[in-house]
Amino acid sequence: MPNQVKLKIDGEYVEAKAGESVLDAARAAGKFIPSLCHVKGLTPVGACRLCMVEVAGIPRPMPACTTTVQDGMVISTVSEKLTRYRQMIMQLLLSERNHVCAVCVSNGSCELQDMASKLGVTHSEFPYRYPRLPVDASHPRFVLDHNRCILCTRCVRVCAEVEGANTWNIMSRGVTSMLAADLNGNWGDSETCTMCGKCVEACPTGALAVKGKAVEEMTKNTDAVSRLATARGGTQQ
Amino acid sequence: MKKVRLATTWLDGCSGCHMSLLDIDEGILKVAELADIVYGPLVDIKEYPENVDVALVEGAVSSVEDLEKVRTIRERTRIVVSLGDCAVTSNVPSMRNQCGVPAILERAYLENVTAEGQIPREVVPQLLPVARPVHDIIKVDVFIPGCPPSAQLILNCVADLCSGRMPEPSLRYKFG
Repeated sequence: MPNQVKLKIDGEYVEAKAGESVLDAARAAGKFIPSLCHVKGLTPVGACRLCMVEVAGIPRPMPACTTTVQDGMVISTVSEKLTRYRQMIMQLLLSERNHVCAVCVSNGSCELQDMASKLGVTHSEFPYRYPRLPVDASHPRFVLDHNRCILCTRCVRVCAEVEGANTWNIMSRGVTSMLAADLNGNWGDSETCTMCGKCVEACPTGALAVKGKAVEEMTKNTDAVSRLATARGGTQQ
Repeated sequence: MKKVRLATTWLDGCSGCHMSLLDIDEGILKVAELADIVYGPLVDIKEYPENVDVALVEGAVSSVEDLEKVRTIRERTRIVVSLGDCAVTSNVPSMRNQCGVPAILERAYLENVTAEGQIPREVVPQLLPVARPVHDIIKVDVFIPGCPPSAQLILNCVADLCSGRMPEPSLRYKFG
């Protein structure tokens, strides 16, 4: 069939739909590939870099979520190098801002915290930056704590692609990048926010949370976001 | 078999990790078979001894006293263990790092007092500019994250270390 491609993942032959991402194909074949920025149904952006895999013939690792399957591709999802890189990425995520699990609303149900455990990260080899970052509590229903944000842009994408409100954006570059509501005003003053809360449900950490939640009280429903996104004919299946 | 010389200490932490250590309940008997506790808040020895085999360090390095302590511990210990999130990540003690020492001292000792406030300058050890994880200062051999790490996790690690093994990598560690 012209729509089917054959590739080899970790030594196994796998069939995939043309145009599908390596991540989707590998996961359909039962492979574990870690990711934090990927949400089924939203446009993949390769923001977290955790899903990187090795592609034969390409000297550097490629993010599985933004790499499209090709006929004859040979992929490794597991190697010492990948394990090491993924652990280093996790450590960079943890050391970049102020992730204090003990006092976080999402403690115990946080994708960042879970992923650190899954990847066997017990500490950060990189020095913590301890940046001074604001908390935006101006919204009547929700809170944004920049200390806990990993810039995965799930909120940006769900707001644009599912809700169609385009309230969230990323401003600045590199380590100074910040999530911004509208033109970097207070979230509570946003004229575009519909208060739907999908950004909160999509957020993998405690960065976006329902107001009034105490430590460990915030749980997210990312599956619901995926269902909505795919029901509306999301960009990925 | 010669008993392992085990030390425990806490720096800038809440003692919760030591509480979790005590939560091993009758597991302490197993530890007692394998090790002598030669130093720590639970024993009455003032000076950190020489020739310690395993040291469990709770808490972040926040003051000049902590700094001196961890350096002494490293000099006199074979295996140093960072026990709990404060030692491993600097955790809650690091939340002051963004503010600077003068601001937090003023907040604690001047703004928030009803009697005559004053910032302590004697006896109390001076704070470092930022609270840091233990491995920022000295080499750490084993990391046990968690706030606090569960009693079972601590027991497994301590039992492994006291039996001359490094803790099982399959043990499930978790921050927070």
